[in-house]
Amino acid sequence: MLARTPLNETHRAAGARMVDFGGWDMPVHYGSQIEEHHAVRREAGLFDVSHMRVVDIEGEGAREFLRRAVANDVAKLKAPGRALYSCMLNEEGGVIDDLLVYYFRDYHYRVVVNAGTAAKDIAWMGILRNRLAAPVHITPREDLSIIAIQGPRAREMFATVYPARKAAMEQLAPFNAVLDGDWMVARTGYTGEDGLELVVPAKEAPFVWKALTIAGARPCGLGARDTLRLEAGMNLYGQDMDESVSPLDAGLAWTVDLSADRDFIGRAALAQRPRRAEFLGLVLEEPGGVLRAHQKVQAPLGEGETTSGTFSPTLGKSIALARLPLGTLPGDSVKVLVRDKPLAARVVKPPFVRHGKVL
Amino acid sequence: MKLPQDLRYTASHEWARRESDGTLAVGITDHAQEQLGDIVFVEAPQAGRKVAAGEAVGVVESVKAASDIYAPVAGEVVATNAELGSAPEKVNEDAFAAWMYRIRPSDPAAWEKLLDAAAYEKAAADSQEH
Repeated sequence: MLARTPLNETHRAAGARMVDFGGWDMPVHYGSQIEEHHAVRREAGLFDVSHMRVVDIEGEGAREFLRRAVANDVAKLKAPGRALYSCMLNEEGGVIDDLLVYYFRDYHYRVVVNAGTAAKDIAWMGILRNRLAAPVHITPREDLSIIAIQGPRAREMFATVYPARKAAMEQLAPFNAVLDGDWMVARTGYTGEDGLELVVPAKEAPFVWKALTIAGARPCGLGARDTLRLEAGMNLYGQDMDESVSPLDAGLAWTVDLSADRDFIGRAALAQRPRRAEFLGLVLEEPGGVLRAHQKVQAPLGEGETTSGTFSPTLGKSIALARLPLGTLPGDSVKVLVRDKPLAARVVKPPFVRHGKVL
Repeated sequence: MKLPQDLRYTASHEWARRESDGTLAVGITDHAQEQLGDIVFVEAPQAGRKVAAGEAVGVVESVKAASDIYAPVAGEVVATNAELGSAPEKVNEDAFAAWMYRIRPSDPAAWEKLLDAAAYEKAAADSQEH
């Protein structure tokens, strides 16, 4: 039996094609994935991401606990509402999950973790808390839903629907959030566009969804979410990295803070395990197919592998993220084996698209 | 399910239309395009290629997946629809108009033995349950 978000009926009534996504019954599209993709780049799209899990980390030990559990340093979060992207690593330096950490005040942080890994993440945090005897409460918030509204007109549409929340929303700088009553409004996302992620009480989610669609936001499925994040050069857990992959080999070195003398989980392993690969983008340069995950790449310095690939609606070409031999550079020409045919591709530095523009 | 009665079908979701010259135009069904989602690449077999019935002869790729296309009958490919190379979305727009290739069957009666609309509808419904 698949898990359902509070918006499940809403998706079905709108004619969504539903798929099993990590044990959740989720919409993959509502008709055309490509049109949904363009709606986000040009206007605004709406995503149900309630399968992701909000977890509150509270108590006097919250900050020190997260400084041990997370590879980036939450001590950087000084202004209330500030968000930080990072990974939780295992002792071997592999990625347990990637997550966002929000800081609201001393003793109150909030993390948002992936759907497929949520149970594992929460169990791991519990083990770590016990091991460290950390004075923290770890509270999975199954009572909350997450709706993302993304695109150049997202904030304007939100303001027309929620005038009382407009002032608080308009003050938000990118990568900041505000607690507004029992809502959290965050200027974050997974599309490469401006927009908001709204964390709302589950029972309110269908009303919020409906109101935002009436304001003009187009319902978008997980299909468009994947093409949008790939164009934006953002990693997907389980595809671009997992427990066997070091963040240094997944383009996530910028989310690992080695500057302070801070003993986070996985640090010792990372020190023993230098970077082994370049994590870069590929653009397919000749017709013949579509780049997908797990295709072999023949690069000037050896062999690599794609970790995610798709057809990019914005570029009108196929793109991929790939682990390539150390020393591979943007501009290099490579061959990708697409159904056993070697096709020419060019190495680029992600992102491919940002704020509607091809880079 | 949208299914023209004058076509024949395969369990692997191809349709075949008999032309006046005895060749068969082949495409994928509306059900198949709907399952695949937005189609972004079509590779059909080239004219002159001899194919066996059920042989994988080309590929259709959507944003989400790649899927082989099969020859419904044995014969020789006589034409490829070049338009789909630059406009693969035509398959989504009208799957039964978007022929991919034409084949001259080695057995002129082979077309008759393919599934009719009712038999295909049943086969497609059965395969969806799995």
